[in-house]
Amino acid sequence: MAVFGGHRRDDNPALPPGQYLTESFPVLSSGPTPSIDMEDWEFFIHTEAGQTHRWTWDQFIALPSQDISVDIHCVTSWSKLGTGWRGVSLDTLFAEVETGFDFVMAHSYGGYTTNLPLGELLNGRAWIAYEYDGDELDAEHGGPARLLVPHLYFWKSAKWVRGLVMQSEDNPGFWEENGYNLHGDPWREERYA
Amino acid sequence: MTSRAIGWRTGSLERAHPLTASARSITFTVSSWPGNDAGQHVDVRLTAPDGYQAVRSYSIASTGAGEEIELAIDRLPDGEVSPFLVDDLELGDTVELRGPLGGWFVWRPEQTQPVQLIAGGSGVVPLIAMTRAHASAGSSVPMQLLYSLRTPDDAFFRDELSQPSATARTTWHYTRAVPSGWSRSAGRLTAEDLKRETLPPEHVPLTYICGRTGFVETVSRALISLGHVPDNIRTERFGGT
Amino acid sequence: MDHLDGNVLAGPSTDLFAFEATTTQCQCQSCADIAMLGQAMVYGQPMGFVARCRNCDNVLIVIVERAGQKSLNMRGLRWLRVADQATNDRI
Ligand SMILES: Cc1cc2nc3c(=O)[nH]c(=O)nc-3n(C[C@H](O)[C@H](O)[C@H](O)COP(=O)(O)OP(=O)(O)OC[C@H]3O[C@@H](n4cnc5c(N)ncnc54)[C@H](O)[C@@H]3O)c2cc1C
Ligand SMILES: [Zn+2]
Repeated sequence: MAVFGGHRRDDNPALPPGQYLTESFPVLSSGPTPSIDMEDWEFFIHTEAGQTHRWTWDQFIALPSQDISVDIHCVTSWSKLGTGWRGVSLDTLFAEVETGFDFVMAHSYGGYTTNLPLGELLNGRAWIAYEYDGDELDAEHGGPARLLVPHLYFWKSAKWVRGLVMQSEDNPGFWEENGYNLHGDPWREERYA
Repeated sequence: MTSRAIGWRTGSLERAHPLTASARSITFTVSSWPGNDAGQHVDVRLTAPDGYQAVRSYSIASTGAGEEIELAIDRLPDGEVSPFLVDDLELGDTVELRGPLGGWFVWRPEQTQPVQLIAGGSGVVPLIAMTRAHASAGSSVPMQLLYSLRTPDDAFFRDELSQPSATARTTWHYTRAVPSGWSRSAGRLTAEDLKRETLPPEHVPLTYICGRTGFVETVSRALISLGHVPDNIRTERFGGT
Repeated sequence: MDHLDGNVLAGPSTDLFAFEATTTQCQCQSCADIAMLGQAMVYGQPMGFVARCRNCDNVLIVIVERAGQKSLNMRGLRWLRVADQATNDRI
């Protein structure tokens, strides 16, 4: 009798529970790849005071950036170790932002949303990434720029990110509204609500 | 033919034979299978010993009544499910099946519109079901198939499609390598090819296109550019790029 | 993985509806296009099934299936029109 194993789920200590290791970079999208004109591209942070901090592409890539090497974990069970990115830390982007709200809704070109606690975006834990593996970020992987929050399941790392809107409560984003976990910590296997 | 009580049923592998170097026909016995229309699919669910599950959709190559259903699976090199179904599953092994599913990408013998079928690779599976239903119903509706393949060795069901008694004529197209003595060179299916090899818009055919997502997109766009109306085009994208 | 046709919703919607969902007519809330659900474009696999309008990409239906539970969201639909079983099976 043949026994189905599926992708091999390893005991590799770098892998959160239920994850398997992949060398490829699977693509998962909840919609078509948006076409974005770089002339119009912007990144913004909108606060409860009605203030919007905006960066054009040229302003954004002129900000200090970092090389980032991190493991990423998709809720569909693949993990990829030691991925290399370049991006701007959210600490840099939030430096001038004043807010009393504890939560963030990330919005993307194409309409995707995902919710995050502000605390988990700061202190060197999250970036807006625009290079992957030394090259500009492919559109299918979220280029020109995506959110990168590697300590949470990868659906939180919104592709084609456009802006962050501060929110007083942890209102759900797209997948969170459809049964996925509000938080999404892979080490605690927070897959579903 | 579709009854609503569709849960997971058990299918036991009854017969299997290779179709190409990478593909296999697998026929399951499914008790109380209600029969199926041509073009419908099943969802196949596999469960690992630790409870992990994977579900994939597969078109049904067989049609009509009876407790047997034939699937035809192409192995994707890095795939999770298809290599298991092509290489590992043994006679008598069981899988879970949900179906028959779908009512839109379906051809029924009482339809009267001329039919053009267009397949890319394994996308021929639901379309061979349509040619089989056409033959067994003795339908007089014109039906023809355009089958696009990378190389001559990649054909599923070539003997059956080439039989003189086939009621649907098959036109072959090759994108990478052609058989020796073939009059055309290998290349992607273009709007020109489609114009030459398929029923023209004036005949108002109902066209069924099936294959990888990129293939279906290219062909349906080309047909619309040739003057076919979108509502006369039905598509089944298998995924991939 | 690239998008699929609405036909693929037939499996995950089986125990959600008492009718064949893919041959049900529905209207997009956003652009008013009327089509069979089988004509929608389905993204999001394998996280879930995100069915979008063939005309304007508006999200019509989202189904998330997992062991023991299904979640269904139909916010993008203005209406569904369900024919009697006999007619519906014969579209
Ligand atoms: C309605 C429907 C009917 C289908 N009928 C058939 C059928 O009759 N015969 C058949 O062989 N397949 C059919 N498929 C495709 C099938 O469901 C699986 O997608 C396929 O077998 C791959 O599964 P996997 O687990 O082996 O690969 P996965 O582990 O899911 O994927 C491996 C890699 O291959 C890519 N990929 C996924 N699907 C395809 C594809 N179709 N072509 C190329 N690359 C792909 C993925 O993006 C990924 O990178 C059908 C799909 C649908 C939606
Ligand atoms: Zn619409």
